[in-house]
Amino acid sequence: MNYPYWVAIGLLMLGLYTMVAHRNLTKKLIGMTIFQTAIILFFLMTSVKRGATIPIVGLGPAEAAAYMNPLPHALMLTAIVVMVATSGVALAILTRLYARYGTLEEDLLAERIASAADEPVP
Amino acid sequence: MIRAQLPVLPLVLTLTGALLVSILGIVRPRVAWPLAVTAVGAAALAALAGVADVVAHGSRRYAVGGWPPPWGIEVVLDPLSSFMAAVVACVAAATLIAARSPAARFYGSTIAAFYALALVAVTGFLGVIASGDMFNVFVFLEIAAIASYALVASAGGPALAAAFRYLLLGTVGASFYLLGVGLLYALTGTLNMADLAARLPALGGSPLFVGGVGFVLVGLAIKTGLFPLHGWLPDAYTHAPTPVTALLAGVATKAAAYALARMVWYVLRPVELPVPLVLTWAGAAAIVVGGVLALRAHDVRRMLAYSSVSQLGYIALGFGLATPVALAGAYLHILNHAVMKASLFLVVGAALAAGGRPLVGALGLGRHMPVTAACAIVAAISMIGLPPAGGFFSKWYLLQAAVATSRPLAVAAILVGSLLAAAYMYRFTEAIWATPVAHAGAGDPPASMQVGLLTLAAATLAVGLASAALMDAVLLPAAAGAF
Repeated sequence: MNYPYWVAIGLLMLGLYTMVAHRNLTKKLIGMTIFQTAIILFFLMTSVKRGATIPIVGLGPAEAAAYMNPLPHALMLTAIVVMVATSGVALAILTRLYARYGTLEEDLLAERIASAADEPVP
Repeated sequence: MIRAQLPVLPLVLTLTGALLVSILGIVRPRVAWPLAVTAVGAAALAALAGVADVVAHGSRRYAVGGWPPPWGIEVVLDPLSSFMAAVVACVAAATLIAARSPAARFYGSTIAAFYALALVAVTGFLGVIASGDMFNVFVFLEIAAIASYALVASAGGPALAAAFRYLLLGTVGASFYLLGVGLLYALTGTLNMADLAARLPALGGSPLFVGGVGFVLVGLAIKTGLFPLHGWLPDAYTHAPTPVTALLAGVATKAAAYALARMVWYVLRPVELPVPLVLTWAGAAAIVVGGVLALRAHDVRRMLAYSSVSQLGYIALGFGLATPVALAGAYLHILNHAVMKASLFLVVGAALAAGGRPLVGALGLGRHMPVTAACAIVAAISMIGLPPAGGFFSKWYLLQAAVATSRPLAVAAILVGSLLAAAYMYRFTEAIWATPVAHAGAGDPPASMQVGLLTLAAATLAVGLASAALMDAVLLPAAAGAF
């Protein structure tokens, strides 16, 4: 059965729900990370093969059918790098926001931004 | 020899430029602007050479690292990708030339970071356009997007919240795209676009195909800012520094729109699914809703942002109408909108730098900045769609296609959109002439800004005058590849 796929779908939904339902920006970011992780899990599951071994030539039998598909793993390494970079930029933005406005609660933040009346940036 | 490298040359040049700017620019901030302009200018020349090469010798494919497709990553130079790469590189070059004085004033000693990020973003856009590999498109989308988030956030204050919202929605869009690519990979076992396009017709009815197409297109529609998925766009464009907005409004959404057209008409071709219908309706709705919201905006940057939503609607409408003339008209509108929107945001930047306020009724360029005001009016004429500016011709081709496919609502949307554009651009241009300028130091901006603005204004008129030749030589062959 395809139970692992249901786990990935469940995580996707959980991530999206967290991003939509929570008013705190850090929690939204956590939701985003869960959402991305679910996609990585999904990709890796497409490479799984029952009874197959890791794709290193010389360790196992010679025919290709005996190995797991290495391509999704390679793709997901790149996707993880993208994810790390996105999270890094997001955390940097949140740090600056907190330093400037003293809150990460969405409603309070909107209020404080409106009342701060910054000079327009050229 | 060098001809064989033309598909990758523009992005290699901008990426090298980004590296050099980030190393040398930190030591000597003064070299950042000349280096960045040289890199993106060279990329623009390489992209134009690519267009000439495709017109003369036909398409060209390049296997990165010598790994042949479908296993390796492929970079493709065909009529469509060469045209889009030229649009992105040339508009980015003009924008960066013009950005010199406002960027120097705003960023000060951290100026190298601005140019390095701008070059990385342009590399990402060029990569999305050049790539012939589904996963590679995701990587370049995210390279461009991460640089864009940082550029928007660099304004500080309210831009930080806008950048965070942009980041969340942009990441959801990219993740949807990636999920769709995963489904299509599970279905076909390939990531190469040409290979995928060859394998998909036999597998058309599969639920994996429907899911894959849905996720890929929704993801790219978020990145394009296509109504009703444009939620990130207005705030990000309003609060970012104007050189950043000029770059992003000019080329960022266009690269994603290109990816949308590429997927729908050249790779996935979902003939049994109602994709063209959805694109047509979303486009028509975007034109009207974006226009009305632009008319109601008080901040001139927000007005231009909603105008972008409206103009992106024209592009999506052209994709949805799905005749060769409609697709070619949409491609021409990508060029026109990139040129005029970059130009208008630079004008706003010049006015703000002279001490103006960003309100529609009080921008106050006045008679003290004649060159800037003239460039604004050329762009406004193109936005409304009056001849001889380029905007007239792309809307004319779209209108022709809408009439030819007998879609009265599409015709109505195109015409209503032009009327709305006339109304909101009238408010903009009227404010330029009618508001007296009282601030000290008002006058035309420095030479670098004037060169950039005049280049973009000249391009607006040149595209209008040369539109028939452009259609025949590049755009109609590009659209023919879809059928």
